[in-house]
Amino acid sequence: MSNGETTMLSVRNLHAAVEGKPILKGLNLEVKPGEVHAIMGPNGSGKSTLAHVLSGREAFVVTEGSVLFEGRDLLGMSPEERAREGVFLAFQYPVEIPGVNNVYMLKAALNAIRRHRGEPELDAVDFLKLIKEKAKLVQMDERFLSRAVNEGFSGGEKKRNEILQMAVLEPKLALLDETDSGLDIDALRVVAHGVNQLRRSDRAIVMITHYQRLLEYIVPDFVHVLAGGRIVKSGGRDLAVTLEERGYDWLKDEAA
Amino acid sequence: MSAGATANLLPEFERIFAHLPGDARVTERRRAALARFAASGFPSQRDEAWRYTSTAGLARRQHNVAIDARISPDRARLALAAAGPWDGPQCVFIDGIHRPELSAAAVAAAGLQMRPFAAAVADDSRIGERIAGWGAEEFAPMIALNAAFAADGVVIDVADGAEPADPLRLLFVMTAGVRDRAIFPRVIIRAGQHSRLVVVEQYLGESGADGFTNTVTQVHAGEGARVVHYRLQDESAKAYHVGNLIVNQERASEVISHSLSFGALMARQDIHVMLRGVESSATLNGLYMAEGRQHVDHHTRIDHFERSTRSEEYYKGILGGHGRGVFNGKVVVHPNAIKTDAQQSNKNLLLSRDAEVDTKPELEIYADDVKCAHGATVGQLDEDALFYLRSRGLDESAARALLTCAFAGDILGRVGLARVRKELAARIAGRLPGAAEILEVV
Repeated sequence: MSNGETTMLSVRNLHAAVEGKPILKGLNLEVKPGEVHAIMGPNGSGKSTLAHVLSGREAFVVTEGSVLFEGRDLLGMSPEERAREGVFLAFQYPVEIPGVNNVYMLKAALNAIRRHRGEPELDAVDFLKLIKEKAKLVQMDERFLSRAVNEGFSGGEKKRNEILQMAVLEPKLALLDETDSGLDIDALRVVAHGVNQLRRSDRAIVMITHYQRLLEYIVPDFVHVLAGGRIVKSGGRDLAVTLEERGYDWLKDEAA
Repeated sequence: MSAGATANLLPEFERIFAHLPGDARVTERRRAALARFAASGFPSQRDEAWRYTSTAGLARRQHNVAIDARISPDRARLALAAAGPWDGPQCVFIDGIHRPELSAAAVAAAGLQMRPFAAAVADDSRIGERIAGWGAEEFAPMIALNAAFAADGVVIDVADGAEPADPLRLLFVMTAGVRDRAIFPRVIIRAGQHSRLVVVEQYLGESGADGFTNTVTQVHAGEGARVVHYRLQDESAKAYHVGNLIVNQERASEVISHSLSFGALMARQDIHVMLRGVESSATLNGLYMAEGRQHVDHHTRIDHFERSTRSEEYYKGILGGHGRGVFNGKVVVHPNAIKTDAQQSNKNLLLSRDAEVDTKPELEIYADDVKCAHGATVGQLDEDALFYLRSRGLDESAARALLTCAFAGDILGRVGLARVRKELAARIAGRLPGAAEILEVV
């Protein structure tokens, strides 16, 4: 058990259900600032459910357990409160929002967060400067900035846009839900490079992924295997290599 | 049709007719129009065209028809401020009566003539003859009612080839204080061959004004003329508003109508476009919002009489609270109207469980070789998009406002006049809780 004072995220005995069906069944996870954790697991193991529960999606009902973020009850917060407190979810399937301009949406979001922190809001000029700077991080063409949120973006562009948002909003805890899915190798490199640039000693990152491939580019400090709604094995990055070689089946046996 | 309710309007006519403009022949026409109204009375919900919209509130009133209007300079200033800034020529009407001292002198643009209706009727009996209306709509009871009581308005003539540089605004202010006030403005627009005109009709009321506006605008677009007409209805939440727009188009003319409806307890707009000349085209844009117990009804009818005529219709509705919306879009393609192209779209956004909308396209096609399409949708805000925005830190109410403004965005984008677009964006945002956070965005 880690030291309570330095723990950023503490998930204890988390049970969650979707439409009455239990998905998470006693999940424990401790994340400290500066750490990068990878959560791996076979399809249906509950990886995405974990991401949704942590970000506050209503359809996911917590039936037992607790989640503390910097010592406070995360589950009692609305999705926007979580965002303002510094939790960010990079969506597996970023939503297209026709008619809502990318830059304006992000500016409204950043200023909502800055107000919450008691910081002055950025005006249009300063914000544009900021976002152009951050767009370079994910090699995003400026033309995408003025388009509607994710509308008509390719899979890779959507994922880059997620990381761009992360760069602008500067969360304390970033949850990356299958950020590698649907990316070709070049796009994966760009996205991974962006994430690596955002690694900081006071920021934690939790990556959720099915494949070990992403972890070659964003090297985690810890790897956890999620199966049957619980973390059944934790280790260093070597564990990911083992999983790549042996698959998940041997762990299912171990969990049972 | 059996005789319906006429409230006190027949005796009211006897009380005030001597004060209405026009000579004995005009009075005779007014009486004939009143008789037509009396024959049917206020439309009942048995009438298919009024099936979803009740006039019971109008039938119960003791109508007090305005023949003059008083407003203090302070109240006039407030009303003008509420209308939004306007630096071009405008006519201001208080309770339907033209007030020259509040109006900005119509710039003497070459080829443009703007006359107050009362004055125009007094010295031109041909206009008096026209207040009975044109074409088939002559017999619609609400238009007949306007013809009987029309006390003021404006007559706009644009000479052949003239292109007045500045758009005109006609601002109608309903005052509070007189119970059951009723006004009947009449606007007559004649755009000569190959002329250009942009007109903004704006209706608003002082807070608490519960009056009844029954307004008729007639547009005649000559060959090759281009007329853009805006009707921005934002009357007080207690008001009744019935608007008619009747458009006749000659060869290769183009008319663009924007009907933007936000206010009134009950608002009904009838728009009737007659494409009489070959290659004439009409675009009807509309945006309506209702909340609380508001009811807003648009009935449009486009007659394609001639070949190669084109019509496009884009209407969107945003309904919250117990708000109720109605859209009925009728397109008639007459036998001569081969190669007609008619497109119609009506999309509605329901913001609450108690909001309701009835949408109905009606196509009657009597010609071959035509392209007609229509589509109607009723939906809610996208929950995934809402969650996405909230997960980025936006308040739920701000996220809803942002998505709602986005829904209205393409109709706003069709509004060519920047100042009207800005005014609209502010009026939409003003009706959405949480919009303050995103105001700059819209």
